[in-house]
Amino acid sequence: MHRPGMLSIWFFIGVLLLVYGILIFGAGIYGLSKPPAVKMADLHAGIWWGALLIALGAIYTVKFRPGRNN
Amino acid sequence: MLSLSPVDLVIVVLYFCAVLCIGFYLKRYTRTGEDFFLAGREMTAWVAGLSFLAANLGSLELMGWAGNAYQYGILAAHWYWVGAIPAMVFLAIVMIPFYYISKTHSVPGYLKLRYGEPARALSAISFGFMTVLMSGINMYSMALVLKVVLGWNISTSIWVSSLTVAIYVSLGGLLSAIFNEVLQFMLIWLGALLISIIGLIEAGGWSGMVARIHANFPRQDFTHLWRTMGSFTDNPMGIHWVGIVFGLGVFISMGYWTTDFLVVQRVISAKDLRAAKLAPLIGATFKMCVPFIVILPGLLGLAVLDTPGHHFLVPATEAEVTGGHSYDEVLPIMLARYCGPGLLGLGITALIAGFMSGMAGNVSAFATVWTYDIYRAVFRKEASDSHYVSVGRWCTILGVLVSIGTAYLVMQFKSIMDYVQALFSFFIAPLFGTVLLGMLWKRATPKGGFWGLLAGTVSSIGMYVWVKIDPTAVRYIALSAYAKDQAQNMFRALWCGLICMAVTVVVSLLSEPKPEAELVGLVYGCTEIPSEGHLAWWQRPALWAGVVLAAFLALQIIFW
Repeated sequence: MHRPGMLSIWFFIGVLLLVYGILIFGAGIYGLSKPPAVKMADLHAGIWWGALLIALGAIYTVKFRPGRNN
Repeated sequence: MLSLSPVDLVIVVLYFCAVLCIGFYLKRYTRTGEDFFLAGREMTAWVAGLSFLAANLGSLELMGWAGNAYQYGILAAHWYWVGAIPAMVFLAIVMIPFYYISKTHSVPGYLKLRYGEPARALSAISFGFMTVLMSGINMYSMALVLKVVLGWNISTSIWVSSLTVAIYVSLGGLLSAIFNEVLQFMLIWLGALLISIIGLIEAGGWSGMVARIHANFPRQDFTHLWRTMGSFTDNPMGIHWVGIVFGLGVFISMGYWTTDFLVVQRVISAKDLRAAKLAPLIGATFKMCVPFIVILPGLLGLAVLDTPGHHFLVPATEAEVTGGHSYDEVLPIMLARYCGPGLLGLGITALIAGFMSGMAGNVSAFATVWTYDIYRAVFRKEASDSHYVSVGRWCTILGVLVSIGTAYLVMQFKSIMDYVQALFSFFIAPLFGTVLLGMLWKRATPKGGFWGLLAGTVSSIGMYVWVKIDPTAVRYIALSAYAKDQAQNMFRALWCGLICMAVTVVVSLLSEPKPEAELVGLVYGCTEIPSEGHLAWWQRPALWAGVVLAAFLALQIIFW
């Protein structure tokens, strides 16, 4: 939906995913030195899932940032 | 039981902050009744479509159906495929034009235009009753997650999460609910998908998982959709294909996806008729994929949690006695199995987001139906627009409080989804018969519509009570003494839907029809549907409906 001055929902989503991605990626890196007590920990899912969230979040944040015509 | 790490807690807290910020931010854009109850009718097809699906994808869906998949195997996927896709396509192509052109605020509002006040009152009251019960179920599901995984107190979980929903929906109405539902939709996928991916790696892919399940339970078939449907005794659900196709695929599914105002409200908030028709098709596309984050974890539980001949999870009644884990806990248990710090927080956030999207859907629909179809119709017919918005805000808070009360009621039932399907068969299946005849048959009369709806609802509740009093009656209701709860629900929906339609037809033929001039915009044959001839072929909803149906058929064949 488009109303003058209203932020896009995709911008909110982008920012949240970006922050989540950084947190999860950071936790994944920390897990390299202290692996979590879960099954398949050697996959290091936190690192690549965090990276995916950072990429998605960055795309949405930039594409739908305030002031940019959609 | 797990304890959250600091990073998990930050992720959960950030989520709560985000949804509240969205509510406060959107309050300034919610001034009129059209804004509050229908989000200004300016949603794009994508936003309306994702919201349409997210409102249905509550924690109840996530946990309840993962639990059902663990209990019944891949048969649970019927509720996502034959139990949803044909109905969504039918809604998009056949029914949306009438909802949209009539400019109704709600499904009971359509019944008022088509059949008159008595049918609207009956529908609005039964919808309001069902909606607050559904909210209670969602709350219970979410509180169960937090209890199982984190050991949090159930009451605290219910109050904190539901008051958050009450705040953001009462501030921004449907606009806020829809915005948050799109956010929640993304989080649900990103939080739950990882369980299936890592689970499949552990199990050795799809074939490895199937081999493990067969090794654990060699006499049961948990991995075929239709192959075991020829006999009541060949499948874990105790159901026959007639119940699945006609009970689920026709009355339950069509009833829910085409007449439950919780989902229809999202579609009629679309900015134009084409967007309104595309929204259910976009929702259907994602709905077909949901089994990969809901059903698959249940199947993986059968493969990696169980040992030969022994289920790790047990029915809820048994779990209470033994202190074990119930079927409905399979998703959080799988989450805890694979997700370390950060990912666990994301997974928990996904389940909380599911709860909130389901609950916000229920309370926003409840507020609309209460305000327009009960309060305005019965108590105060002439009032300012701002007065109705104010009533809607208070009604949202009231709906949440009543839902909290019903959450404790839900705990008495052994399986969450069985209870939901029972509710659907009470109210939704007959409503579909009434709305469908109203839209497609000019001769249907106000008396026919009212008495048909009443007869369908009463007969459904009557059949439920009959089986509760005399369990052997199941052989008449579900055509087999072996039928489990879900099978009974399917057949009950089938019979009450047929009773509703038969009574509507008979009473209509015996009573005075409405003049055709009063049916314009409401009934097929009296309504001019806008042509789509000016659209390029790839922009036409009918084309995408065909693509969705083709993908649906392909899935049935692949998992036959």
